[in-house]
Amino acid sequence: MPQSLSGQTLARTNDFVVKFANVNGSGSASANLLFARSILRMGVPVVTRNIFPSNIQGLPTWYEVRVTEKGWRGARGGVDLMVAMNPQTWDKDVKSIEPGGYLFYDSTKPMPPSKFRDDITVIGVPLTGMCNAAYTDARQRQLFKNIIYVGALAALLDMDADAIERLIGEQFKGKDKLIRPNIEALHMGRDYALENFACPIGLKVRKSDGVGDRIFVDGNNAAALGCVYGGATVAAWYPITPSSSLAEAFQRHCARYRNEPETGKRRHAIIQAEDELASIGIVIGAAWNGARAFTTTSGPGISLMQEFLGLAYFAEIPAVLFDVQRGGPSTGMPTRTQQSDLLACAYASHGDTKHVLLLPEDPREAFEMAADAFDLADRLQTPIFVMLDLDIGMNEWLCRPFAWDDRRRMDRGKVMTAAELEAGRDFGRYLDVDGDGIPYRTYPGTHPTRGSYFTRGTTRDRYARYSEEGPVYVDNMERLARKFETAKRLVPAPVERMAAEPTNAGLLYFGSTGAAMDEALETLAERGIHLDTLRLRAFPFADAVDDFVRRHEVVFVVEQNANAQMRTLLVTECGIDPARLISIRHYDGTPITARFIAGAVAAAIPGTNVVPLRKAVP
Amino acid sequence: MTYLAKPRFHHPKLPTNALGYTRRDYEGAVSTLCAGCGHDSISAAIIQACFELDLPPHRIAKLSGIGCSSKTPTYFLGASHGFNSVHGRMPSVLTGANLANRELVYLGVSGDGDSASIGLGQFAHSIRRGVNMLYIVENNGVYGLTKGQFSATADRGSTSKRGVANHDQPIDLVTMAIMLGASFVARSFSGDKAQLVPLIKAAIRHQGAAFIDCISPCVAFNNHPGSTKSFDFVRAHNEAVNRLDVMVEREPIVADYAPGEVVDVMQHDGTVLRLRKLDAQYHPTDKRAAVAYLQERDAAGEVVTGLLYVDPEATDLHANLDTVATPLNALDDAALVPGQAALDKVNASLR
Ligand SMILES: Cc1ncc(C[n+]2csc(CCOP(=O)(O)OP(=O)(O)O)c2C)c(N)n1
Ligand code: SF4
Ligand SMILES: [Mg+2]
Repeated sequence: MPQSLSGQTLARTNDFVVKFANVNGSGSASANLLFARSILRMGVPVVTRNIFPSNIQGLPTWYEVRVTEKGWRGARGGVDLMVAMNPQTWDKDVKSIEPGGYLFYDSTKPMPPSKFRDDITVIGVPLTGMCNAAYTDARQRQLFKNIIYVGALAALLDMDADAIERLIGEQFKGKDKLIRPNIEALHMGRDYALENFACPIGLKVRKSDGVGDRIFVDGNNAAALGCVYGGATVAAWYPITPSSSLAEAFQRHCARYRNEPETGKRRHAIIQAEDELASIGIVIGAAWNGARAFTTTSGPGISLMQEFLGLAYFAEIPAVLFDVQRGGPSTGMPTRTQQSDLLACAYASHGDTKHVLLLPEDPREAFEMAADAFDLADRLQTPIFVMLDLDIGMNEWLCRPFAWDDRRRMDRGKVMTAAELEAGRDFGRYLDVDGDGIPYRTYPGTHPTRGSYFTRGTTRDRYARYSEEGPVYVDNMERLARKFETAKRLVPAPVERMAAEPTNAGLLYFGSTGAAMDEALETLAERGIHLDTLRLRAFPFADAVDDFVRRHEVVFVVEQNANAQMRTLLVTECGIDPARLISIRHYDGTPITARFIAGAVAAAIPGTNVVPLRKAVP
Repeated sequence: MTYLAKPRFHHPKLPTNALGYTRRDYEGAVSTLCAGCGHDSISAAIIQACFELDLPPHRIAKLSGIGCSSKTPTYFLGASHGFNSVHGRMPSVLTGANLANRELVYLGVSGDGDSASIGLGQFAHSIRRGVNMLYIVENNGVYGLTKGQFSATADRGSTSKRGVANHDQPIDLVTMAIMLGASFVARSFSGDKAQLVPLIKAAIRHQGAAFIDCISPCVAFNNHPGSTKSFDFVRAHNEAVNRLDVMVEREPIVADYAPGEVVDVMQHDGTVLRLRKLDAQYHPTDKRAAVAYLQERDAAGEVVTGLLYVDPEATDLHANLDTVATPLNALDDAALVPGQAALDKVNASLR
């Protein structure tokens, strides 16, 4: 067994962090995913994160796998085993290993001792050498190198080799020729490790039952599936990281579920538009004409859509937008995560606008909210923003399986039919017949003589007739405000959790921050800091949000942007005294961690009236 | 209230079309454009064409951008749904609408500012996608609604009302449309209804992206000597390559002119101009020849009108996307939602 010179070694089972340092474009992603899924197959939960640059080939990428029997959902921080496959980042990677941790590297070329550390265990496998001996083709040498290291790691960490082989079999189903060579490469790595090292090392994976029926899926894929289940038929998009894989996944799902069985013809239309203006224009046109339509984009695209969003708001056209948020402003950090488009979306466009935002916390909720968004858009006749972020969108998360109630039917909202028009029902496109601020609409082509109207962004009266009279404008704006009140009752309700001990402190959070929250709360509770929590799931805020803030003396607002955008929304929309909302912000582009939240809350406590329980109760 | 309702009563003797509709049934609200504006003549031509084509008015969707020209859909086809969108973006809205329901007739109305200036990108991309529509630009060389600034179709050297000459190169939408793959391209003149109505009829019946650039003088800001988009100038330089035969059943076109015939047209100011309406050499199915011809005549200072290019074999966006025959907006849960059984399989593949 290799040893660190200092004799220090970490010994952990089912609770450690492995990080892969790779070169972008080297084909490592699928091998790394194989590694993570093999651990899941052993019943041990994992948390994985891709850290990648805005680049196609050559720049460094990392893949982090947190093995966590306890089932924590967020990143931990720190590295126990570094798989250092990238010479460019060697020094930084070696430095990041926890004392007593492990370094796995390609030992084909000898390295000077100065390149290592005394307090870590170094495991060298001559990966390049082995590949060069076994394969002649350059691409094969590259790809199988990745599988060889997975094989070696499997032996070192005592992983179930059968589980990996089964996964390889599933992955290459239909391309059976590829199964054998992959399994051979896997064995090559495994045999080398078993022959040359005392396996396992101090870090071990042991079979468990912590995974249950959970699935491992990325949020973009899940949201795209939600669009299929939500009945979307028209999608228009312009490629932008981190949202492109949502549109691409929709295309794949449609190919599978959305072709007419008899003819093979498509029950969907996907347009890769020339820009985001056209994307949202296509969505608006399709939705106006009665199809369920969506676009998917990120911050820069949202900026381009501003004028159209005002039109959709004012002319009351259903539209669904997925904003997979990344670091901004401008090109900012295009491959990093943030929650920094909240205000840009909530108040998108000129004039007085307000939009509905949905805030999923993981891929499973992204699936649900994607499907719900289409019902909400039709019901409210307005744009609905599903606020994903890169962390949810582009990483596989372990989450509850997808579920669907087969009795559910699309809610197309208030659409007046030809029969109703024929029966003489009064139709005013902007007439509030039910007092909820939501008028009826008709689809073009419905009735030969009744129900047609002119859609425009200019002010018009209740019967859609052009008017620039002040009272007519005010009447319409008041109805839109009523409609936004109605939205409060229709959007997903917030989720409240009471602390184990009574407390006067609360904490608000939303979206991908949820992944780190359970662990942060446990850490804080261990320190005697108890917090009631409320997870926001939508804007406009339900009355429960206002209540929650008023019930607590201080409320922490945790978010992943620099300007405290959610706090601003809360102060503005609920009329809350800003002094009661303490902002905790994380915005360096990495996903927020439990360590960060616990540290920031604990640090802020002395300045507040919150008395840690251990001090209060002697 | 600025909305003007038009009194609606049907005179028993008004002629009806095959559907029993009168011309009135294709009209809209009273126009609020300047008296004599070319755009109103185009509206009248659209009304006439739809009436003659026996189209059920409610099966037409009319979409526009922003501008005086884009206002006109209020003034025709009152029984049709209309959509006055945002400046320069009608093409994307129309594309989406068309995707949602392939069974309606789509009429996109735009201006030269709307399509050649702010909306040049959307113009180009809707054409190259082959959206099944009639896209009509009411081209006056200026921004009428914002009071007379030059648009991107203003000719070099053409002067503004104040006498300032435009120094930028003009964008010729017709040549662009042909190059971009429009499968029906025509140019006409709002003052020549006899030419315009059959062109509109043919364009509506065309399956694919049909584009008509219709010179439509702005009497308020661009109808002075020195302008190349004035009634006088266009009449003096209009060179029609052909008269259009519209293949509409029941109603053969009455031939007004013979090849080489010279026709008298009454000018706006009452003077009479002589126009040659046909060029026997012109073959509108030859794309390269059409472009060459347009460039040659353009250099000679002529305004070539007529049906300039048509591809009878055209396909449209729905054909390219291979969408189902049923309009997408008419598909129900059973056709769209795979259900829990499919999710079980998805879940299994993600473990
Ligand atoms: C984004 C935006 N910018 C500017 C305007 C102002 N605007 C309204 S109409 C118009 C020009 C219209 O010109 P054209 O399309 O040629 O129509 P015309 O009035 O000449 O028929 C402009 C610039 C606007 N409505 N929206
Ligand atoms: S300003 Fe020009 S384009 Fe506008 S209505 Fe008057 S004449 Fe027509
Ligand atoms: Mg104009």
